Amino acid sequence: MTVIEGYPDYMLKSIKLCEEKREKNMAQPVKPMSMKAREEMLKKYHPDYMEGTKRELRVGKDKGMLLYNGIVDLLESKTVIDPKDIDLSKIDYDVDLLIIGGGGAGTVAALFAYESGVPKDRILIVTKLRHGDANSMMAQGGIQAADRPEDSPALHYLDIYGGGHFTNKPELARALALDAPGIINWHEQLGVMYDRHENGEFQELSGGGTCRNRMHSCKDYSGMEMMRNIRDQARNLEIPVLEFCPVAELIMDDKGQIVGGVAFNLETFEYYVIRAKATILATGGSGRLHLANYPTTNHYGATGDGLIMAYHAGANLLDLDTIQIHPTGDAYPEPLVGILSTEKIRGLGAIPLNKNGDPFVFPLEPRDVESAALIKECKEGRGIVTPTGMPGVWLDTPMIEIIHGEGTIETKLAGEVRKFKRFGIDMAKQPILVYPTLHYQNGGVEINEKTETILPGLFAAGEVTGGVHGKNRLMGNSLLDFNVFGRRAGIYAAKYIKKAKIGKLTLSHLDKFNKMLEQANIKPIKSAPIILPEYRGEMAISRALDIF
Amino acid sequence: MIKEGQVLMEKSKTSKAKDIKEKEGTVEVFIMGKSYKVPAGLTIMKALEYAGYRYIRGCGCRAGFCGACSTIYRKEDEQKLGFDLACQKVVEDKMYLVQLPFVPASKAEYDIDKIVPKESTIMEIYPEIARCVSCNTCTKSCPQDIEVMKYIQRAVRGDISKCAEISFDCIQCGLCAMRCPADIKHYHVSQLARRLRGKYLDTKSKNLASRLKEIENRKYDSEIEKIIKLNKNEIMDLYKNRKIEAEEEGKGGD
Repeated sequence: MTVIEGYPDYMLKSIKLCEEKREKNMAQPVKPMSMKAREEMLKKYHPDYMEGTKRELRVGKDKGMLLYNGIVDLLESKTVIDPKDIDLSKIDYDVDLLIIGGGGAGTVAALFAYESGVPKDRILIVTKLRHGDANSMMAQGGIQAADRPEDSPALHYLDIYGGGHFTNKPELARALALDAPGIINWHEQLGVMYDRHENGEFQELSGGGTCRNRMHSCKDYSGMEMMRNIRDQARNLEIPVLEFCPVAELIMDDKGQIVGGVAFNLETFEYYVIRAKATILATGGSGRLHLANYPTTNHYGATGDGLIMAYHAGANLLDLDTIQIHPTGDAYPEPLVGILSTEKIRGLGAIPLNKNGDPFVFPLEPRDVESAALIKECKEGRGIVTPTGMPGVWLDTPMIEIIHGEGTIETKLAGEVRKFKRFGIDMAKQPILVYPTLHYQNGGVEINEKTETILPGLFAAGEVTGGVHGKNRLMGNSLLDFNVFGRRAGIYAAKYIKKAKIGKLTLSHLDKFNKMLEQANIKPIKSAPIILPEYRGEMAISRALDIF
Repeated sequence: MIKEGQVLMEKSKTSKAKDIKEKEGTVEVFIMGKSYKVPAGLTIMKALEYAGYRYIRGCGCRAGFCGACSTIYRKEDEQKLGFDLACQKVVEDKMYLVQLPFVPASKAEYDIDKIVPKESTIMEIYPEIARCVSCNTCTKSCPQDIEVMKYIQRAVRGDISKCAEISFDCIQCGLCAMRCPADIKHYHVSQLARRLRGKYLDTKSKNLASRLKEIENRKYDSEIEKIIKLNKNEIMDLYKNRKIEAEEEGKGGD
């Protein structure tokens, strides 16, 4: 049995080259690419532009739309619930506001719905795993907000829009930029511990594709610190949460409104009928679908359920022809493959280097461009290949200590240090090996600036939505997204509730959807949403009895 | 690209495990007492999945941030119990494993807007911290290697800031509270300390305050509106020609 301790010899040789060239590499940085060069890089090396990763959807509202295969597979599956099995005359939970998802967006929505006058007992958060189990908790780098005098919300807007290749919905990008400073202020009132200078000003770093330093951080536990505060606040207010009870399908009424959902208790195998005047979809992303066969940084529950159930009910989708692969997933050692190493590492000054110790890309290109550049370097043979065949390039972390002083890594990247230390790697002294990993669902269910979907009664916020980031999200904008649009969802849903009138409950949209599959001559092999990813060993599955 | 992606994916799944199995051999682990042979080099989490378990509880972010996969283990012929995260710890031969599905520790409810941070504040809300016998079991059971006992001692002494600082990396797995002979809920105590510090003790940003005022006065509305109304070429030019702060400094700012 081998316990991995540090790097093998051949990697150490390459690290030696990085060390020798470090001074020179720091003095002569690679310039950012021109727009044209960016475009060429993406076309040649980003999976969004590769043939065979996507196909046209054959059913439903967005029939003909080009989407990633893994998403089409699920959208062309039969509904996980058969309406025959559900008795809608027995309501288990009757509330004003159902929030599907207990991550960042859902919890923020609950807090602002409460603040907007919805009584706590009339709110119900249902979530697949525990309250707070979400990608929000894992975000490391930070949150963008233009609050320095050198910066402005207009510049932030420009970065968001340009980074998204000018495909974002302008009203959503504007909301993101303009609401940002208010969110930081709200966090201060909650008690979020941001990294600050002694005079109280925030320590703000640059992120890929941002023209100003505006990334606010809480060490490299930014999302965790936010989620801890938001969740603690919800617990103090005693907002009801149903854990391990994912909603599997939405309920409609005879007027075509969304009026709740059917939840499934993962431990007792019972379903619950939840009736609600308004429903907020905050189910997060879909990294665990492993689109384009990438490993992922995502949470265990990120299986895209919200997309699927909203589509069954007739919602429309945006920008799901793109995925965000984060440039710096871990490539070594093997147990860490796919896990994120935060963009903050580059924000602090570390530069990607190839096996010869040479730089090849401006370290802070937008994520898609940076990822493509890393893939190119490896494809052309200038990457390091690990003993298990995983390619990667160096991220020269010791540069951070030279730029900002000894001990910076330990204080600002505590989580990263802890992660690598387990495997005998001291990132303050040695570079780390990285390769792009599936990180974020850029698109999703289309919303407007009030977080309304096209279905009356259904609001959506966070990673499940589409339009905010267009075809590429910039770093620091996802933590911002769940706060900005979670807040708006809570406020606008509370308003909607005051006038809402629920009709007769129905699941006929599921029958209708299954019929459409039949008519399109699609023979689904599975049902969706899938709720949990499958990681059991092949042997274990092939010999299982299907008794649940 | 797909091909490349496929290779990557398989690495994190079973065929990769088979690879390692051939190269590195297998280890024997006891999952809640039952013996399974799994490839060496897997994390405890992947080892359980390899053995055929499908997680509902005990699995969260799979990257060391959420505290869902607290694991208690013992190695054969040893008496000592070990504590770690299943997603981070690599299996070792003859490990007895069990995961904690839930932590029943109580949390105080408080209105953060109405608390005045004083030396006695934490003690008033969590009086049981006075019962700490300094046995240090909490620290020894922390998978994050946080000096848990030390921050509780700071809380006892009323040093909110230091308690917040030392505890900052807490992932709230609850192992400390499950082991404490004095029934202290360390991770809830430190949550309170951090909120008090973030809200009341850290100096606030003046830049933020003035920016908020500007936004309230709608200073940027028309500027953004103007950008939105530009045609695609104009906005691309504006984007292309904007100055990049990080580039001018040659590094990320701070």
